[in-house]
Amino acid sequence: MTAKPASWIGASVERLEDLPLVTGRGRFAGDVSFPHQLHMRMVRSAHAHGRLRAIDVSPARALPGVVAVWTAADIAGLPPIEFREGPNAKLAPFRQPVLATDHVRYVGEPIAAVFATDAYVAEDAADAVNVDIDELEAVVEAPAPTSEFSAGLTTEPTICRQGYGDIAGAFKNAAAIVELNLTIGRHSGVPLETRGAIGRYDAARDVLELHGAAKVPHRNRESLAQMLGRSPAGLHLYEAHVGGGFGVRGEIYPEDILVLVAAMRLGRPVKWLEDRREHMIAANHSRQQHHVIRAAVDAEGRLLGIDDEFFHDQGAYIRTHGTRVIDTACGTLPGPYRLPHFRIRGHFRLTNKTPAATYRAPGRYETNFVRERLMDAIARKLGLSRIEVRCRNLIGSDEMPHERPLVALGDDVVLDSGDYQGLLDKALARCDWDKREREAVERRRAGEWVGLGLAMYVEKSGLGPIDGARVNVHTGGEVEVITGGASVGQGFETVIAQVCAETLGVDYRRVRVVHGRTDRIEYGIGAHATRATVMTANAAAVAAAKVRAKALEMAAQLLQADAASLTIVNGSIRRADGTEPAVSLGEIAHHLRPSSPTRGQRDPGLCADGWFTTKHMTYPYGVQIAQVRIDPGTGAVAVEKMLIAFDVGRAINPMLVRGQLVGGFAQGLGGALFEEFQYDERGQPLSVTLADYLMPTAREVPAVDVLITEDAPSTCNPLGIKGAGEGGIAGVGAVIASAVDDALGGNGLITKLPITPQAIKAIIDGQ
Amino acid sequence: MKPARFSYHAPTSVEEAVALLAELGPQDGRILAGGQSLVPAMAFRLARPAHLIDINGIAELATLQATSALVSIGACVRHAAFESDALPGAAGALLRKVVENIAHYPIRTRGTFCGSVANADPASEWCCVVAALDGVVVVRRRQGTRRVAAAQFYQGVMTTALQEDELVVAVELPMLPQGTRTGFAEFSRRKGDFAIAMALVAYRLENQAMAEPRVAVGGAEPYARRLPQAEELLRGRAPGAEVFAAAAEAAAAAVDPMEDINNTAAYRRALVRTLTRRALEGAT
Amino acid sequence: MSEPCEITLRINGTEHTVTVEPRRTLADVIRDDCGQTGTHIGCEHGVCGACTILLDGEPVRSCLMFAVQARGRAIRTVEGLQRGDQLHPMQEAFMRHHALQCGFCTPGFLMLAVGALEKWPDLGDEQLIDILSANLCRCTGYENIVKAVRAAAADMKARA
Repeated sequence: MTAKPASWIGASVERLEDLPLVTGRGRFAGDVSFPHQLHMRMVRSAHAHGRLRAIDVSPARALPGVVAVWTAADIAGLPPIEFREGPNAKLAPFRQPVLATDHVRYVGEPIAAVFATDAYVAEDAADAVNVDIDELEAVVEAPAPTSEFSAGLTTEPTICRQGYGDIAGAFKNAAAIVELNLTIGRHSGVPLETRGAIGRYDAARDVLELHGAAKVPHRNRESLAQMLGRSPAGLHLYEAHVGGGFGVRGEIYPEDILVLVAAMRLGRPVKWLEDRREHMIAANHSRQQHHVIRAAVDAEGRLLGIDDEFFHDQGAYIRTHGTRVIDTACGTLPGPYRLPHFRIRGHFRLTNKTPAATYRAPGRYETNFVRERLMDAIARKLGLSRIEVRCRNLIGSDEMPHERPLVALGDDVVLDSGDYQGLLDKALARCDWDKREREAVERRRAGEWVGLGLAMYVEKSGLGPIDGARVNVHTGGEVEVITGGASVGQGFETVIAQVCAETLGVDYRRVRVVHGRTDRIEYGIGAHATRATVMTANAAAVAAAKVRAKALEMAAQLLQADAASLTIVNGSIRRADGTEPAVSLGEIAHHLRPSSPTRGQRDPGLCADGWFTTKHMTYPYGVQIAQVRIDPGTGAVAVEKMLIAFDVGRAINPMLVRGQLVGGFAQGLGGALFEEFQYDERGQPLSVTLADYLMPTAREVPAVDVLITEDAPSTCNPLGIKGAGEGGIAGVGAVIASAVDDALGGNGLITKLPITPQAIKAIIDGQ
Repeated sequence: MKPARFSYHAPTSVEEAVALLAELGPQDGRILAGGQSLVPAMAFRLARPAHLIDINGIAELATLQATSALVSIGACVRHAAFESDALPGAAGALLRKVVENIAHYPIRTRGTFCGSVANADPASEWCCVVAALDGVVVVRRRQGTRRVAAAQFYQGVMTTALQEDELVVAVELPMLPQGTRTGFAEFSRRKGDFAIAMALVAYRLENQAMAEPRVAVGGAEPYARRLPQAEELLRGRAPGAEVFAAAAEAAAAAVDPMEDINNTAAYRRALVRTLTRRALEGAT
Repeated sequence: MSEPCEITLRINGTEHTVTVEPRRTLADVIRDDCGQTGTHIGCEHGVCGACTILLDGEPVRSCLMFAVQARGRAIRTVEGLQRGDQLHPMQEAFMRHHALQCGFCTPGFLMLAVGALEKWPDLGDEQLIDILSANLCRCTGYENIVKAVRAAAADMKARA
């Protein structure tokens, strides 16, 4: 990358993050070590459900190198982990205690914590702890009859209901009704780096530190401070490098609070690193839902109403997200379609499995699968093409903004802008759908089992309501953007640098972006729900604009020119016609230093805070098309062609957007064909290694054609950004199911994810 | 997932190794060769050997030899050794075909042929080769050497005739007659994963008819074995689609497949049918 | 012999003399005792490949070896790829082609690819994908990793 592009915004520049990462000088949680540190190892329940009778830690304590072994009694004062959105009396009794008290409710539940001088010894000691549990019957199916969670409480804490219109009337007037039973299997993010947390009490400053933080450091700081009864001013979180988040990393887990309490009480830093087996049974699961969905349509295939009743398998406890995932599913199910009447009831069920929460496109991966299967079924029932049935139901671009009387992520659903038909047309043209269909017919005649699939979906991003950033120019000309954001590897620093650089008139490589540091900025929203680019980039732009204005105003005085006639090019301020003299931003910063004689009445420093507020989320949208071939001898599925068409409003860095879409696609493919957390009838987890939990490799992921469009910029922010982090994964379950179903004759036989070769072979052999 | 403590021994000769095994075998001593199966088991603490006898330093065990009659594969010969043209003839060609199905390249640089044979995982490709070719497992203990035919060596899932004080020093495979055609097909969820089923076939052509047919199936049952019911349908017949389909059908009928949460017996049976046919059709 | 013993590991040409129990894995010793934390641990059971290093030129999963086994062997890790400030063509290619997002799997892929291409400079496309399918990445979907390795292969040949 040599010449400066016309604008940093929209340029596929190389990332600022990469150099330390390719040279092995990254700093992930496992790389953080402090002198004299102890290692923590958890003792976890080997039973899915049971009464905890006794814990004998003495054999563990007796091992050389073991400093302490804690059970619930040792942390009696600690409250359970609070919900991220704040207290909720109805759901509160179902929160997970930091260490199990009288019951254990899933295999993997923390029962005790060992603190030792070395990780190997800590594991030896954890093995030596004797736990006496009276095994109780385990519930492993969400749709099973409810049972007792604890005295007076059942395993259905709540039912989420949303809807509008007259659903009974819609079905009464229907020309046709379609009903499907659909299941999405339990799976989750499974990042390459397992979780880690290092607690350290800096007695010299009276500051308690948590290293290895991620995703929402500021929010977690508040929560942890509250749990510990400590002022946030004396608690700081530090995010270094993070090996993937996908929603599962960064929530507060028992281990995070334990390392902090232990660091204070034991007077030494405490380091905890999760191993892979632990990760599979203790980090948040997701996705598992069972839907019974019905659609009422008129004679032309237009939706009159959708009625969906589903069971959401939450696992053993309600963790920090509360009912966020199930609520989101309820609020986003209609997707891009016009829907006059709607009713959805989500049974939020507890089972004796690892607790579930958000995983990339939470609630939407599931409902996209369910809704798009429904659209295919409607097409089949009425003898329409799968394309035609969608065209007849898509919300038109002239109907934007389109309000749905629904709530998702605590926000009213207002689809801000979108040309769904336009994107569909582009996608069909891009992959030459008609030709593909003709070829598929030919190949089927020749005995091949080929299928085409289609899925349309609306994503959400830019959850507000507000974010702020500070931009500061140093006297050497380097720019620092201090954000309350976070990075899980998505290129946050680069994107913020690009926006700031373009606004300020500097090279993006001169911009240093700070994130994940609660001690550098007081407020922050972290990075999740695909909001960082929308919220933080806009806030950075506001701050950078203020700094620009301040610089130009100072320069106007120094250059004896009108501020309006000045431009900033590569950090240098000069007249628009390029004539001398010029003054650099660094020199301006120098003139603005507190003791500068030229500063006048201006506030010291070439810096400014910027805030960006938004009323609503913004809604990017996509179309996915897949072509698959099934091996009839084995049932194996090969994805021959794949297209993702996604409108992001505005792409700050198209290369990074593409990276997000393709990366998300690979995960979505995993959920469609390979990944599943399986359990036996006693609640024993069976997918605890990477040899059982199968994730796609370079061989399973096909080449993906990506079409990024900017046809419908967001009306919710000046940059027009919509965010792409979850756009790749969201529709994959739907499109792969559609394609495989088509390959098998298009009779709606695919009703469950993941789709296994065995299931396909059974269908083929049965036909 | 750190292993439990063990005592580490690194003998430099086979004599030393079997002497150690004689003493430590009964005390929970295990042989460490490639480690690609043992070390993960130790990481999960499913295996907690009190003693590890590392044989990687024993030079004589690293030999791969071929004579006109047989191939002798020493205990420390890595999977990767079979990727090159090192071994001649039809046997070499077969091993080359099979090896690319074994795990992944970095596993193959360490894992050993004999280790796989001794481990006796039902999904082991080498075990299928040994069964198909009627290989011989050369076993050594302090008191001497014995040779165990494949059919006697495998007894169940990861269960063999190996005693706790015995070391597999080599496996011998017959050099297949010149002109022998061999075929191999396996199915797994992703390439390199444990095979759910596999089929290995071999035959010679004598006056256009198949002679000395071998059909072995692995991955589907507790251990790999030859299927005479399939072989007899090939013997004396000319190769062709119908003959192959019939043999595949017989193979499917002959197996008593394992069941697990992911794979029913019926599915494994269907795979055996498909893979046997494909191995036959693809034999070169 | 379960007690800690002194061993010397030669990593990227530098000798590290450490005292370790035999059960300490090579991955853990490289990271914690020798301070080279570029090699990452993703699963500790030999599936993800994040811990891949070169042992006498061969890609090996360092979580599946004990440190004591690596005495006297030449170990190369990601920290040894660059020459001073000059990055290895593979590192440059990864940056140029956006072949990393979180970067956790990256050192493993770099060593796997470098090891394979040093051995087989003319690796074909199919073989390349076969080799790269040995390691897991959860962020990129592999597309750019494959692109980067292809580009680096050409570069490595040109500079050879």
